[in-house]
Amino acid sequence: MTTTMTSTLVSRRSFLRVSVIAGGGMMLACYVEPFEKALAAAQFGPPVTLLPASFITIVPSGEITLMAKNPEIGQGVKVMLPMLIAEELDADWKDVKIEQADLNPNKYGAQIAGGSTATPMNWDPMRQLGAQCRAMLIAAAAENWGVSASECTTTASRVHHAASKRSATYGELSTKAASLPVPDPKTLKLKDPKDYRIIGKNAANPDIKKIVTGKPIFGIDFTTPGMLYANFEKCPVFGGKAVSFNVDEVKAQPGIRHAFIVPPGPDPSALAGGVAIVADSWYQARHARDNVLKVVWDEGPTAKQSTELYNSTAEDLAKKDPGQVLRKDGDVEAAFTGAGVKVVEASYSYPFLSHVPLEPMNCSASFKDGKLELWAPSQIPAGGVGQSAAACGIDPKDITLHLTRIGGGFGRRLTNDYVVEAAYIAKQVGVPIKLLWTREQDMAHDFYRPAGYHNLKGAVDANGKLVAWRNHFVSFGENGRYAQSAGLSGEEFPSRFIPNFSQLSSMMPSGVPMGAMRAPGSNAIAFVMQSFIDELAHAAGKDPVQFRLDMLANQPLPSAPPPPGTPVAFAPVPFDAARMRGVLLDVADRSGWGKTKLPKDTGMGVAFHFSHRGYFAEVAQVQVIKEKQLKVHKVWVSGDIGSVGAINPTAAENISQGAVIEGMSHVMGYEITIEKGRASQSNFHQYPPLRLTQAPREIDVHFVKSDNPPTGLGEPALPPMPPAITNAIFAVTGDRIRSLPIANLGYSWA
Amino acid sequence: MAYQLTVNGQPHTVDVPEGTPLLWVIRDVIGLHGTKYGCGMALCGCCTVHINGTAMRSCTTAIQNAAGKHVTTLEGLSADGTHPVQVAWQEIDVPQCGYCQAGQMMSASALLAKNPHPTDADIDAAMDGNICRCGTYLRIRKAIHKAAEIAAKQPAKAPAPQA
Repeated sequence: MTTTMTSTLVSRRSFLRVSVIAGGGMMLACYVEPFEKALAAAQFGPPVTLLPASFITIVPSGEITLMAKNPEIGQGVKVMLPMLIAEELDADWKDVKIEQADLNPNKYGAQIAGGSTATPMNWDPMRQLGAQCRAMLIAAAAENWGVSASECTTTASRVHHAASKRSATYGELSTKAASLPVPDPKTLKLKDPKDYRIIGKNAANPDIKKIVTGKPIFGIDFTTPGMLYANFEKCPVFGGKAVSFNVDEVKAQPGIRHAFIVPPGPDPSALAGGVAIVADSWYQARHARDNVLKVVWDEGPTAKQSTELYNSTAEDLAKKDPGQVLRKDGDVEAAFTGAGVKVVEASYSYPFLSHVPLEPMNCSASFKDGKLELWAPSQIPAGGVGQSAAACGIDPKDITLHLTRIGGGFGRRLTNDYVVEAAYIAKQVGVPIKLLWTREQDMAHDFYRPAGYHNLKGAVDANGKLVAWRNHFVSFGENGRYAQSAGLSGEEFPSRFIPNFSQLSSMMPSGVPMGAMRAPGSNAIAFVMQSFIDELAHAAGKDPVQFRLDMLANQPLPSAPPPPGTPVAFAPVPFDAARMRGVLLDVADRSGWGKTKLPKDTGMGVAFHFSHRGYFAEVAQVQVIKEKQLKVHKVWVSGDIGSVGAINPTAAENISQGAVIEGMSHVMGYEITIEKGRASQSNFHQYPPLRLTQAPREIDVHFVKSDNPPTGLGEPALPPMPPAITNAIFAVTGDRIRSLPIANLGYSWA
Repeated sequence: MAYQLTVNGQPHTVDVPEGTPLLWVIRDVIGLHGTKYGCGMALCGCCTVHINGTAMRSCTTAIQNAAGKHVTTLEGLSADGTHPVQVAWQEIDVPQCGYCQAGQMMSASALLAKNPHPTDADIDAAMDGNICRCGTYLRIRKAIHKAAEIAAKQPAKAPAPQA
């Protein structure tokens, strides 16, 4: 969150309305003016003018129900946002019950799992809701007792009046409080962080019991009477469509109720062409698809594309003048020829990646009397509603969407193609259906993390100071527009910290669908930047940590203004060297950097990265056996995500450790290659996530508190991990890794 | 074709074609949704169940190979979350998204049934077939040790029906 955005949120006119609900309790609703215009501009949902919300219900028995508005993908948001409300409400956490909200942006505001935005967007509004409710409960008690509200205090779901030794529970006060006016949040003082009783303490996952007893809480588990099961087979070549198929043979299979061609929708990225098979059971649909279905495809132009073609095109483009100048400082070419400088040149590359959340894409849908009901594991459900409406030719107002627990997101479910497919198929067949993809379909029809190519040249002077840096980035796009998540900012570090600097780019067209993956952009860029910085440190004869500290000590050049029309929520946040220095010093200290005597075959690598408003520095201790077998023994993570550290420490540690594990998968085995316009990999044997045996024994996570508003954690711990590992490999063997994954270079886990 | 099998102590007769994977019988015929589909090729372990006490991948176990046998799913460890593995998973707060955890817990409980005090190496060996895409491996290791501790403190129980 930028300072600008925070103040916008704080100053936004917001007020609460209270109404008595059945049973005499109170319902507290928050009405806020839109900040969703900005989100809409970023394709985060339809624009809304006024967004009322309702979050808190207190019943006379004392039970407090808090609505969790955002999709839960494992990031812990279902408990985190209610914690913010409960803190300022001064609730006893034992009284709190958490309920998942359905999609209703008019009631709840933005409901998104993406961009590590939940904390920065909701830190103030959620706490204000709690504070307003608390003030109303105090007002009710004060009125009952004929005392001044200012003499009343609260602790753990009770209001107290010390002078008269009276107290009442929130439950007892709830009916009265519901009849009182809602205070302006500007008149309320929020807690001093030292008084927090909920924020900063471990809170249990509200679904934990359901998870460990196997309750049907995920999208894939949904059932409804009369439901049929669907599979949807798309053209293996991206952008292709079905011309014809052996419909009679498919329909003759046991249990098959419907089989039909789906033409590409108005937006082919939302609804691609294919063949829908609907059966009494999913296995019947799948069996027919695997063993009987024969489709004549119109493969389209992408069939001529391949990774090989992209690689050779990237090589050609790197030799030509760049298409765009992203940033230019000083005179980089002159600096390369300066007296006494050492010049290093290197080309880096990384592949397309698939997200592979373990729950395959699925969605249930029911279309009846012109109305559509969806049960969707979606990270951005409002987008699914808009796109389903367009594909089905209905009004978005006629769509109800229920949020399910989600078996992993990682950005895959920011794209709602499977939701739209379910909606379309349900409309065609007229009964409720559950659409489920196979793992192979999931890997074949992702919106992949874009591959990329960086051609770098850097120079250090005789004193070992980094004086020049040029990067010619080759990516995917057309007519000056990058493919989704395939861009690079001119501001990306080390931009602004080197006197002679140029960030250049060229692009080539591709028919491969691309999209955001956990820490989009950053998840690959950090590998390139932090590896090349390491190369330059080596050329300078400097310790990798010290070389980085020296870079951060430079007076930064001014930031470029964001491109016109950038939504404020997505405007670039300038890199703060002091915060990065803080986490780098912390991780160096905790890991014993430069002070630990390690065996000859073991070394440490360091890397840092700033993304999603979070500052992370990480050290990996890696053993290299027989030149190419790796064992990551221990990893240290230092993060600065603001003044609180972790809002929910147990979840924060878990997700940070998960980011490290994911980074290890990126390093060793993840790669999608394209051949004849389609993905070559089909399942986990060809696209291996890290396994338990390969995981480090220890991943030590620490949050450095700084005087900044709390920000998100879903993404920023990931990017430094791959370069921390590859820099450690260099430290041990001198082998500089410049392309991922390293299984291609003969490496394996020990 | 009709097949008889016992799931979580309950006898079932299911009428499905030969070759139907046990996973889909459990999920869509018997209606227990704790067991998950992840890959369909015995690569990820989401679908792990016990067949006569041994951890098996139900996505590649054809129904005819489970016929006449005792199958235990996550729901069969205990309905109220009191099996030592379920207790440990809650205490250690293992899950992130939670999707793979049914398979993780079934592999863990099969390990502990045979080896009540596993070493780290035993755990690595027994759990290597279960992918956690969120990366909760460190907590899984910790929770298995915790479950072993909890089980050691409990009075010895009669063997489970399938054992």
